Amino acid sequence: MVKEEQELANRPDNTAFTQQRLPAWQPMLSAGIVIPGFVIIGLAFIGIGVALFVTSHSIQVLELDYTGVENTEPCYRCSDPSSKNCVCTLEFSIDSLFEGPVFFYYGLTNYFQNYRKYGASRDDNQLSGDLDYFKSPGNDCAPYQYNSNNKPIVPCGAIANSMFNDTFKLYQIIRGSKKLVPFDGKGIAWWTDYNIKYRNPSVTPLKNAFNDTVKPLFWSKPAYELDPTDPANNGFINQDFLVWMRRAALPDFRKLYRRITEGDYAKGLPAGNYSLEIAYNYPVMSFDGRKKVVLSNVSWMGGKNEFLGIAYLVIGSLCVVMSIVMLIVYAKFKFPEED
Amino acid sequence: MSSSSADKPSVIKARAGLFWLQKTETVQDEEVDGEYGLVINGHSLAFALEKDLQLELLRTASAHIGVGISGQEGMQAVLSSDFSFAQFRYLQRLLLVHGRWSYLRMCKFLQYFFYKNFTFTFVHFWYAFFCGFSAQTVYDEWFITLYNLMYTALPVLGLSIFDQDVNDRWSFQYPQLYTPGQLNQYFSKKAFVRCMMKSCYSSLILFFIPWAAMHDTVRDDGKDIADYQSFALLAQTCLLIVMSIQLSLDTHYWTAVNQFFVWGSLAGYFAITFTMYSNGMFLIFTSAFPFIGTARNSLNQPNVWLTIFLTSLLCILPVVAFRFILIQLRPTINDKVRHKMRKEALPAPTKPVRVKRISTRRSGYAFSHSQGYGDLVTSRKFLLKIPVRTRPALFTETDSPLAQNQPQHYRTITEEPEGSQSP
Repeated sequence: MVKEEQELANRPDNTAFTQQRLPAWQPMLSAGIVIPGFVIIGLAFIGIGVALFVTSHSIQVLELDYTGVENTEPCYRCSDPSSKNCVCTLEFSIDSLFEGPVFFYYGLTNYFQNYRKYGASRDDNQLSGDLDYFKSPGNDCAPYQYNSNNKPIVPCGAIANSMFNDTFKLYQIIRGSKKLVPFDGKGIAWWTDYNIKYRNPSVTPLKNAFNDTVKPLFWSKPAYELDPTDPANNGFINQDFLVWMRRAALPDFRKLYRRITEGDYAKGLPAGNYSLEIAYNYPVMSFDGRKKVVLSNVSWMGGKNEFLGIAYLVIGSLCVVMSIVMLIVYAKFKFPEED
Repeated sequence: MSSSSADKPSVIKARAGLFWLQKTETVQDEEVDGEYGLVINGHSLAFALEKDLQLELLRTASAHIGVGISGQEGMQAVLSSDFSFAQFRYLQRLLLVHGRWSYLRMCKFLQYFFYKNFTFTFVHFWYAFFCGFSAQTVYDEWFITLYNLMYTALPVLGLSIFDQDVNDRWSFQYPQLYTPGQLNQYFSKKAFVRCMMKSCYSSLILFFIPWAAMHDTVRDDGKDIADYQSFALLAQTCLLIVMSIQLSLDTHYWTAVNQFFVWGSLAGYFAITFTMYSNGMFLIFTSAFPFIGTARNSLNQPNVWLTIFLTSLLCILPVVAFRFILIQLRPTINDKVRHKMRKEALPAPTKPVRVKRISTRRSGYAFSHSQGYGDLVTSRKFLLKIPVRTRPALFTETDSPLAQNQPQHYRTITEEPEGSQSP
């Protein structure tokens, strides 16, 4: 009797969980699911691909490389490293209305903003306005942390130090005279960057917060003079600064500079001759980089990107082809019912 | 699941007998020439048989699994074995059901685990060409931490605990399902290389499709989307979705727990990501969460989701097509049984037949300190003399007409005239 009780006590539970009898769905790759599935996916992909391709085709893009490599180019004399405060002018023409709103980007190639140590070289605490980090910037910023006199650099780090500083002015040439195309520089950076991630120290005037600090080595003006006319665009929340600090993923990238949405150009850039005046400050020749200016309009899928549309079309067609192949295989080689 | 030798066994039959040895032992019906050594009690049996078989047995006993029967003779076998149970008939269940499931689960787990980690790593290899070989990670550091820890841990755990290909009753019906385990088919060097190739392909898709889609593109309001943080978020979302779908394809037995683990992990990923990239976390731990705003600003873009959709399907559809075609062209025994399972009802469970035993007669011994009574045991002189007719079979045969071409033999202890046994 005792032994029986012992045996029963040792017996494992007879529940569905412990005996692995849980109710379950046991799907199988059957022809009824796979082949129609492929057909539907293929057709859906082709549909999406057509939409993407058509949209992408309707986006207009104009790229102008102004590095000045060849001596025939307008900015050749500016690309000389010894020239300072050089201004060069690029002439171009537009054939048909460039529909608005037009976005003005600057682009760089062979520029590795995604380099690991470069990307780590910043101090987010400093950039969110914490004055403690004005006195002692984080160690990740080295060697752009303190200058040779041991004064803290604000904003510290390699990303801030290498901020893009070319400026552009666009003129339309109407009957021989230049008409300035107005640029809109508000809200070109992400809302979260402008409002939350980057904050100026709450010291007025802003200049006082930067006492006993120095500007980054490559900058011509300190942070509190990035836009003296507009306090909402000065200091760390300067839109150009924010756009630059959002480092790119790939070595060829473009960053938003301005928008053309106002005045006579609200509908877009009309056809005609244009002249772009560039204050050429940023040196890229030393690492074989290139600078360019890109004019583009956007759509629901963003900027012009042929790849997505073509990829969807190709994959959709492949899916349909595969479904036909699988149908043939299934019809011919269906394995016999018997074991 | 012995895979010690690569030779195909010449006889693949489900055998359950009193003992079943590696070397040929002439038994009643025919020569046993199988791959398995199931040793009931290693030491006593080693003494029971001839000296030159001892080494073979001891090697077998220590190599793969040792199974012990606990009983009234003592617990010695139990203490030195991997599995032990009280009645010999449970051996069938141990091998054909649990052993088989265990092998299946282990192999699926390994394949999936290697796949997900190789893919994850190869993506970084491709990115190296585009980041100046600076070892910049494609993904957010928090994602890298939580990938194996949280996002893919529970689903694969669910797969490894609950997955079954066929029911236990079907496993009894078709002992041939045991064959892939014997032949080491599910995970071998070849399977590993195939897994690597699949990872390579997946990683190419998982990197280059986002690369091409994000190249020189912007948001629909003209702002930046090709920045490092958005690219990282896109790549990691694609990776996780592909891995979840791949696990879903691998899982053949979807219990409620599996469903919860898989969909819960995916939902957890989005929840954790949005939390980590929120304002609150940034304001509290500023330098730990630099990705603030990335999820909100990039995941509301249609082209990001279209890229994710394209990447996932491009990784998964070849797998689906390949598996489907393989099932049609070269169905394995597993596929056939599963196909049958969908059509037919469950076979009747094998009822355990009570064997009338008289306590004074024993059929097994466990002595290890001396030569033992091996000769006495194998001569079967002491067995009960009951006419064959009325003696019930120890194991019920479930020969269905469908299984005619693979007969299942179950040795029954029958009465034999003395002197016919040869060691």
